[in-house]
Amino acid sequence: MSELQERAAKLWKVPKGYIYVLEEFCKGCGFCVEFCPKKVLAQASHFNDKGYHPPEVVDPEACVLCGFCERICPDFAIWVEEEGKGDVS
Amino acid sequence: MPVKVARAEPEFVPGVRHPLERWLRTDRLPHIWCSGCGLGTALSAFLYALDELGWDPDSIAVVSGIGCTGRVAGYLKLDTYHTTHGRPIPFATGLKLAKPDLHVIVFSGDGDLFAIGGNHFIHAARRNMDITVICVNNLNYGMTGGQLGPTTPVGALTTTSPFGNFEHPFNLVHLAASAGATYVARWTTLDGRRLQKAFVEALSHKGFTFVEILSPCPTNYGRRNRMGEALDELKYYREHMVIRHGADPKDADILPGKPFLVGKFVDLEKPTYLELYQTKAREIGGG
Amino acid sequence: MSARTVLSGVHFMNGDEAIAEGAIAAGCRFFAAYPITPQSEIAERLARRLPQIGGMFIQMEDEIAAIAAVLGASWGGMKAMTATSGPGFSLMMENLGLAVMTETPCVIVNVQRGAPSTGLPTLVAQGDMMQARWGSHGHYEIIALCPASSQEAFDLTVRAFALSERFRVPVLLMTDEVVGHMYERVEIPPEVPVASRRGPKVPPEEFLPFAPDPDLVPPMACAGEGYRVHVTGLTHDERGYPDMSPEAHDRLVRRLVDKIRLFPQEYTFYEEVGLADAEIAVVSYGISARVSLGGIELARKAGIKAGLFRLITAWPFPDEALFQLARRVKGIVVVELNLGQMSREVERAVRGRVPVHGVFHAGGRIHTPEEVFQGIEEVYRQCR
Repeated sequence: MSELQERAAKLWKVPKGYIYVLEEFCKGCGFCVEFCPKKVLAQASHFNDKGYHPPEVVDPEACVLCGFCERICPDFAIWVEEEGKGDVS
Repeated sequence: MPVKVARAEPEFVPGVRHPLERWLRTDRLPHIWCSGCGLGTALSAFLYALDELGWDPDSIAVVSGIGCTGRVAGYLKLDTYHTTHGRPIPFATGLKLAKPDLHVIVFSGDGDLFAIGGNHFIHAARRNMDITVICVNNLNYGMTGGQLGPTTPVGALTTTSPFGNFEHPFNLVHLAASAGATYVARWTTLDGRRLQKAFVEALSHKGFTFVEILSPCPTNYGRRNRMGEALDELKYYREHMVIRHGADPKDADILPGKPFLVGKFVDLEKPTYLELYQTKAREIGGG
Repeated sequence: MSARTVLSGVHFMNGDEAIAEGAIAAGCRFFAAYPITPQSEIAERLARRLPQIGGMFIQMEDEIAAIAAVLGASWGGMKAMTATSGPGFSLMMENLGLAVMTETPCVIVNVQRGAPSTGLPTLVAQGDMMQARWGSHGHYEIIALCPASSQEAFDLTVRAFALSERFRVPVLLMTDEVVGHMYERVEIPPEVPVASRRGPKVPPEEFLPFAPDPDLVPPMACAGEGYRVHVTGLTHDERGYPDMSPEAHDRLVRRLVDKIRLFPQEYTFYEEVGLADAEIAVVSYGISARVSLGGIELARKAGIKAGLFRLITAWPFPDEALFQLARRVKGIVVVELNLGQMSREVERAVRGRVPVHGVFHAGGRIHTPEEVFQGIEEVYRQCR
């Protein structure tokens, strides 16, 4: 049984789809925040269970769903989904 | 890093699936790699490449050696082999020759593949063994605490070069090309999509193919060399890498503070070991 | 050379060639090695034979690579073998441990020569017997067989493959330069049984790759069979996942040892010659056992009732058989081409019941019957 499936992710609606953040997997490297070309993300003020600041969406309207955050994340903790293509919609 | 306040409230959704989940042993996640380590990024680029290739997962086997990168095998929901230090290439050689229909990929680190396993690398390349070797190069031995490796740049501080490295390091691109690899590329973990493309090309290319990935090791290499956090290592890549396809491999040295080349260096065709073996076997009435 | 798979019939071959043919007859279709005297005849024969019968031969860059390739091939579903001599055997110790830990069936031949180091490349010795038992790091159990003739080299190679599949353990064929190079009659039977590999009995979603059957051996799912198995040299649980707990480690190491130790009847082989009325037993193996027969003959002529106990299985050591032997004789002579290796095992197994006298030579030549006879006389005097 998949652990990922049992875990709940945070979900943000952005113009072209969705951004997911699985906070428990995040190790706070900041790659997604730093390299987001549209500065959609910021490190949250709260900690996850490991003591890292996970990312959160601070400017959803700016997101163009390029998926760079998903590609650069070393921890499978953030990913995007195109409107109409995934589980949620 | 500035902490901003979220403008949109997220909702919590259970039962979600990461797009790469089908390739992963999710019951083993999160993985053991440090915050900011590039291994997860390299691994995800590899999995996007597998998605793109669309191969049957049962036709893919991944072999790792020892070290941080050696742990890649254990996270993949494939036939995976975590072998001894330096030996993934000969293990992969046996696997490929025993089951030629398998796509056999070696995923390991710079110390494993080029120090203790260097002999195996050059001979598999010389034979044009039909395997893909992926080297995550973090310029030191991360797992054991940050010792000097065969790719550590001159001057770098490691626990076993405490006064600065004075050994000449390997230029892996040049080494692979000289030894006979038929596809050679180098990227950094900053280039997920280019890395994916390189993996797709290397995996679908016949013969011995090699992809080097420069990857941050903030815990051991970055910290000791005052490079700051992993983020700063990635920024360093962004500022210093020069994309030049088809460049002469001997120009691909990595020198501290100097620009370094990335891109596709070698892309050529020649018969593989197995093809030559089978041709010979047919000539003598076997095979 | 014929492209027949099993060369049924009568042949004149040396022990090395008989090992090569034994491997082919046993179903071995993958051989990787690095040239070394005195094993090269095995590689040379298989380099000719395997491509003709649909098998794979590869000469690797060193013995480390050779055994690693053999393990890879075994996980690729093939029966696989490598062969070497002392220096190469030393290099193989690392991946021998991996084979033990990952329960990879394979056969490793050591044609022993004079050592330490480069020693006597072309001359006989039996100095690697303890290395065969304990050469790789850690505590483990392994099976090692010692042929004493070309015929037995063939037969034991076939048996080695069967045992390696049965127990999922590397099986060592500990031969020596003289057996390897001595030409003798070898009869290859019309049919040779090929051992099958124990595969999973349940579908992939239910399969635990390192969950053992009641005999403590887990079924093996090879690459590409749909089971998507993770195999590691790290201490692992039944799923094959790394588990660094002392409990998991103790459980795994004990099982790896017990899966072999609990079934001695399946791998314990020895031969007795003239022991029925013997007062003195000569314990030996390989070429030294053959020479010992000459010494025993001299002893008999001199009125000393002596006989031979020939070890065919060196490891696990046949403790019980030796203990029983000690109840039947008054003294034991151990003849081997080292300065006392298996003799220590004999001393341990007989638990002080009878005197044990060693007739040792470091190697370079085999013993003479006279040396063996002198040993017999010596122990005979002691126990009168």
